[in-house]
Amino acid sequence: MALLSFERKYRVRGGTLVGGDLFDFWVGPFYVGFFGVTTIFFATLGTALILYGAAIGPTWNPWLISIAPPDISYGLSLAPLREGGLWQIITICAVGAFSSWALREVEICRKLGMGYHVPFAFSVAIFAYVSLVVIRPALMGAWGFGFPYGIFSHLDWVSNTGYQYLHFHYNPAHMLAVSFFFTTALALGLHGSLVLSAVNPAKGTDVKSPEYEDTFFRDLVGYSVGTLGIHRVGLLLALNAGFWSAVCIILSGPFWSRGWPEWWTWWLNLPIWR
Amino acid sequence: MIRKLVSMSLVLPALLLAGCEVGTKVTDQVGYRGAGLNQIALKRTLPAADVIPEPLYELTPEMRQGPTAKQTYQNVQVLGDLSAEEFNYTMAAISGWVAPVEGENGGCNYCHNPENMASDEKYTKIVARKMLQMTRDINANWTPHFSLSQYAGKGAGVTCWTCHRGQPVPKYNWSAALPDPKGIVGNKHGQNAPAKSVAYASLPTDPFAALLQGKNIISVQATSAYPSQYVESIQKTEKTYGLMMHMSQGLGVNCTYCHNSQNFASWSLSRPQRVNAWYGIRMVRDINDNYITALGKVWPANRLGPAGDPKKVFCTTCHQGKNKPLGGANMLKDYPALKGTPHDMSAPPAPPMDALPAPVPVAAADTARPAA
Repeated sequence: MALLSFERKYRVRGGTLVGGDLFDFWVGPFYVGFFGVTTIFFATLGTALILYGAAIGPTWNPWLISIAPPDISYGLSLAPLREGGLWQIITICAVGAFSSWALREVEICRKLGMGYHVPFAFSVAIFAYVSLVVIRPALMGAWGFGFPYGIFSHLDWVSNTGYQYLHFHYNPAHMLAVSFFFTTALALGLHGSLVLSAVNPAKGTDVKSPEYEDTFFRDLVGYSVGTLGIHRVGLLLALNAGFWSAVCIILSGPFWSRGWPEWWTWWLNLPIWR
Repeated sequence: MIRKLVSMSLVLPALLLAGCEVGTKVTDQVGYRGAGLNQIALKRTLPAADVIPEPLYELTPEMRQGPTAKQTYQNVQVLGDLSAEEFNYTMAAISGWVAPVEGENGGCNYCHNPENMASDEKYTKIVARKMLQMTRDINANWTPHFSLSQYAGKGAGVTCWTCHRGQPVPKYNWSAALPDPKGIVGNKHGQNAPAKSVAYASLPTDPFAALLQGKNIISVQATSAYPSQYVESIQKTEKTYGLMMHMSQGLGVNCTYCHNSQNFASWSLSRPQRVNAWYGIRMVRDINDNYITALGKVWPANRLGPAGDPKKVFCTTCHQGKNKPLGGANMLKDYPALKGTPHDMSAPPAPPMDALPAPVPVAAADTARPAA
């Protein structure tokens, strides 16, 4: 039951990375594949463990449920289940589920004969997550540097980890990431408003063509990146936002231990004017 | 063109991040796991172990008997009840700590006229006497500041060495900044200069004149999530943050050493160390107001800052990058003369604590007092 005229093409055989024809089937509208199976496995196990963690925890308040990583004293070893071990297994499940989903996207791309833009973009988001709970903790030498899985508790972690460097807004990669996030939002706002204006013309008039859209921005800012280009720009901005977010937290700790404002003393100490 | 763009996109960020540091880190978890309450330091830039001078000779119980200093010498106003031998022992230690340089104006002669040791003709002697009173006041009456010392209740406290480290003027001190020029040109409103005093942030570079003397309120945080009442101006808030940056730097710690940033104001979320810091701020104000500034015209011009006020103390003066000055070493045990007696000082008593919201003293009593 295809909603769009080209959707039939989705149901083509082959293109799998693992498992050949074995998992190459659909359940209702959903492609399964080997990575669909692993996604379901990791997602179900991880969710069940979070529920178990909540059950042995002090609260069922959804805001306050928190699965915390082990104490730093455990280093990079396994911790008892109730003292961070759950967090470790849930992290494995999360990375497994996210990666499986990305690889399932790859298989679908191969079926459709299209580029890997979608799995690549999702991989940047996975990279940001993995930076927080695997790369940075590994560089710092303890799983305890990962963030806890809880709605409020992970916000506390973000705030406190920022204040470990006195003023996180001075982190250069954080600056880049924030700028990219804002620019992503601006670009989406401009693009969305343009499209909505073009397809909702005044009563009795035709939907406006891309020529009109280009003309609008050529009038407004002297340039239009075009209908295809805006999506490339959007992807570039959004991926950079996620990428520099990952960089900014990997730097904090493994590559910088003092207040971020002090990092900028390299500028003050340039030999030109020191 | 593409090649240029690609190389730019690699080189520029690499340059931007070149100021970072690589090396082993020393970490310390100071809160519940996963809360992000950690101390992180680069091992190779940790402050070196402090020099802690040994006593020149042992002070035996017999030496503490015998005729008192005030019977033996003239014009002994603070340490008069010590035995003359303990008095001499203490004087020798002080000259080694504060003015170790030998010669015409070093050693004893830094404060005393060698022809007449009793004379008060040198200003340094007046200052030294005041500083002795101050040291004894700190050790007797500001013990809550030391309540987390391993020597709490057993002689935790300061000596002259804690600040002076062999120099007549302690290396780390502050005096008020020069006022900004009137008008627009060159007027930075006391901020936006990358000053070490506030860890190189754009915050007001001199938060001390407003907050480390007198009685201004430091707490600026609203007590509710969506405050409708006016609490404090941005300018005053930034002074408080500037002071906090100084405290972090002076103690070699980050904000999470005392606070849980979920709520900076909450005492129940804070570590007991915050109680020590709270007393520390009041202690510093007491030192600055009642001892250093109180010396007034005794200070000669070369001991004043650019704005004409004397050089005063802040956290770094004692701490010098360590959460416990001198690494927590107990020097005071060898110098009983510096201990003083609680509230029996010739100096004015400690000023009353600032009026603060009720939770503060309660939390202070809950978390810090029992340890003392």
